[in-house]
Amino acid sequence: MVKTKRRSVLKLAGGTAAVSLGGMAGILATGRTPAYAQQKTVHWLKWVDFVPATDTLFRKEMMPEAEKALGVKMNLETVNGNDLQPRITAAIQSGAGPDLIMSFNSYTHLYANSVVDMSALAEEVGTREGGLFPYAKAICSDGKMFMGMPWAVIGGMVAYRKSWFDEIGVDKFPDTWETYREAGKKLKAKGHPLGQTLGHTFGDAPGFTYPYLWSWGGKEVEADGKTVIINSKATLESVKFMTGFWKDAHDEGGLAWDDTNNNRAFLSQTIAATLNGASIYIESLRKPEQYQTDKGQPLNKDILHAPLPKGPAGQFGFHLLQSNMLMKYSKNQDAAKEFLKWLHTEANYRKFFESQKGFATPCTAKWESDPLWNVDPVMTPYKVAARLGQAIGNAGPPNAKAQEVLSKYIITDMYAKAVQGMPAEESVKWAESELKKVYEV
Amino acid sequence: MAVTAVSGVEVRRPVPRLRRLEDERWLALALLVPTAVLLGLFIAYPFFEGVMLSLSSSRVGIPGEFVGLKNFSKIWDDSIFRTAVWNTFWYTGVTTVFKLALGLWLAMLLNRHFKGKALVRAFILLPFIIPTVLSTFAWKWMFDPTFSVINWTLFHLGIITTRINWLGDPDLAMTSIIIVNIWRGVPFFAISLLAGLQTISPELNEAAAIDGARPWNRFWYVTWPLLLPVTMVVMLFSVIQTFADFQLVYVMTGGGPANATQLFATYAYQIGIGTGLLSEGAAISLAMFPFLFIIVVVQLLYIRRVETR
Repeated sequence: MVKTKRRSVLKLAGGTAAVSLGGMAGILATGRTPAYAQQKTVHWLKWVDFVPATDTLFRKEMMPEAEKALGVKMNLETVNGNDLQPRITAAIQSGAGPDLIMSFNSYTHLYANSVVDMSALAEEVGTREGGLFPYAKAICSDGKMFMGMPWAVIGGMVAYRKSWFDEIGVDKFPDTWETYREAGKKLKAKGHPLGQTLGHTFGDAPGFTYPYLWSWGGKEVEADGKTVIINSKATLESVKFMTGFWKDAHDEGGLAWDDTNNNRAFLSQTIAATLNGASIYIESLRKPEQYQTDKGQPLNKDILHAPLPKGPAGQFGFHLLQSNMLMKYSKNQDAAKEFLKWLHTEANYRKFFESQKGFATPCTAKWESDPLWNVDPVMTPYKVAARLGQAIGNAGPPNAKAQEVLSKYIITDMYAKAVQGMPAEESVKWAESELKKVYEV
Repeated sequence: MAVTAVSGVEVRRPVPRLRRLEDERWLALALLVPTAVLLGLFIAYPFFEGVMLSLSSSRVGIPGEFVGLKNFSKIWDDSIFRTAVWNTFWYTGVTTVFKLALGLWLAMLLNRHFKGKALVRAFILLPFIIPTVLSTFAWKWMFDPTFSVINWTLFHLGIITTRINWLGDPDLAMTSIIIVNIWRGVPFFAISLLAGLQTISPELNEAAAIDGARPWNRFWYVTWPLLLPVTMVVMLFSVIQTFADFQLVYVMTGGGPANATQLFATYAYQIGIGTGLLSEGAAISLAMFPFLFIIVVVQLLYIRRVETR
């Protein structure tokens, strides 16, 4: 029987690299474990995509490719969008957690102290792809650094029932609030009101109330980010109009809706139009047999998208902007940066972009002219989401204070209070006093 | 011989350190240590940290500095916080009264002998056993503004002609969350009070009946006073839980519409996590403490008085 000596086992365990350095003694001398034991793991936390095909693509195809190309191990974790913030808070406070975390809108400004500057990559990608849109820049950068690497915009457009608008003699989606209200009045009389949430929900409520306010000329603060100017004639007009608009044209249950209620209401044909991402349309495409019109046609053939109407001060949108934050506590910053760089190469980003079929709009100009937007005309309106988007905190920066106003639903509640019966002047004054407590301290 | 035997089984004296435990004071201390460590680690330390957090200007990722009572003065000046305070008291008060009344009624019924008693008792506990988030989602669908099964039923019974905006109207939204909390809390009251009822000797009631006491008098003068200590303890638990309720409101309304259902815990979450203002969130959470402390002290004093009577 061949005897195995202790010394030979140690030498074997050291591996070839270690042997060349002088066996275990060499390893111990360097104070480092052998290179093969050091494979880094990059942990990426992102939302559960509303387009399941994208998550499948990441898991089955792109993560293994990244592992091969970069020599790292990838750990992709997906959570519900609403659960990102508790996870970020816990990770930062404990100094441990995912290396890369997806951020929604101004989270970047909230967690600026805990992230690594991504300016180099953002500028590289921006230059290569025809320029980064100002919306993405405002949300991801504070002028000194990029707190997040801009990823994509989930556009919010009005999904509407073409045939029902045709029935009331409106063959083109209304482009002003007045004409939209008139159309909504007729639709509500026919039992198909407009659907809009004014509840405490992160996406569709502020996605409607902020652009609505801006379109009337209402602003939270001056450009200094301190002087509150919400109590203006423009805001007051917007609130007064909203109270009548709500009663005339809307489904009044909307006060309690979350981000899913309007999807259900639209798909079950109780509302004629609602502000949403493309998820209603995508769902109707996935299940054409289940979702049919009252005339027995597939519902997806009767859905079109349009941007929110314009007001006296113009036409705006507030869309969900996603970015990826590289956390300061991460011990794998270089590997995580390399991964992001790899992900943002044109070939790899295209895979993601195409899997979304228009649900996500890239943050750089180049993609706006991509042939994908011509594949399905129903999705075409989403191509301008990143270009037309405006950040919260207008006319100041979308900083932590603006995020506080958003999180407290002050703008949304200003309208909700008015439609519940509070005089318009009082609801605007209430919003002003709340905004002052945030911005002027 | 005998001497040898005795010396052979000589008991080894305990080492001095263990001998100390023969003293009851040291033994008591030793027995208390594990509990004290657990309480200290999981209750006192987080509480202390919470207090320190509320006195600082800490945000997520920024340790901040000591700012005294600034956060408390800020929230006191906050109209949403005042709404949350009022809502929490209203929510706790109304639900506790109903839970007590219905729970007691149910306990009295369950205390009688009937067929399938064990099965009924088990079923009664269901609302309490199902995870809150799960059952609250079911209720949320029942109160759904568009697809409410309650509205559908009332409409088809001819009781209503237009739909009731359960979660969209401020008063009805509060009523809705109260209903769900009561539904969830009644089994706890019922089972606990039932346990209390079963400790009351039937002979007392029989004696009162022989003396001519009517059912109401028997309840009021015999059962109720004997049940009072249990009732107070059950109420104590319930008040603490309801006062700090989070899941139910978070799932049903998120504190809306327009803060009509905002409670301490939901608002603390909104500020602490949603806005990253950890110190202010901690201050909102801690603001619960004095209110709860007073309620608990009053109830405990009352329990002691009842017990020593």
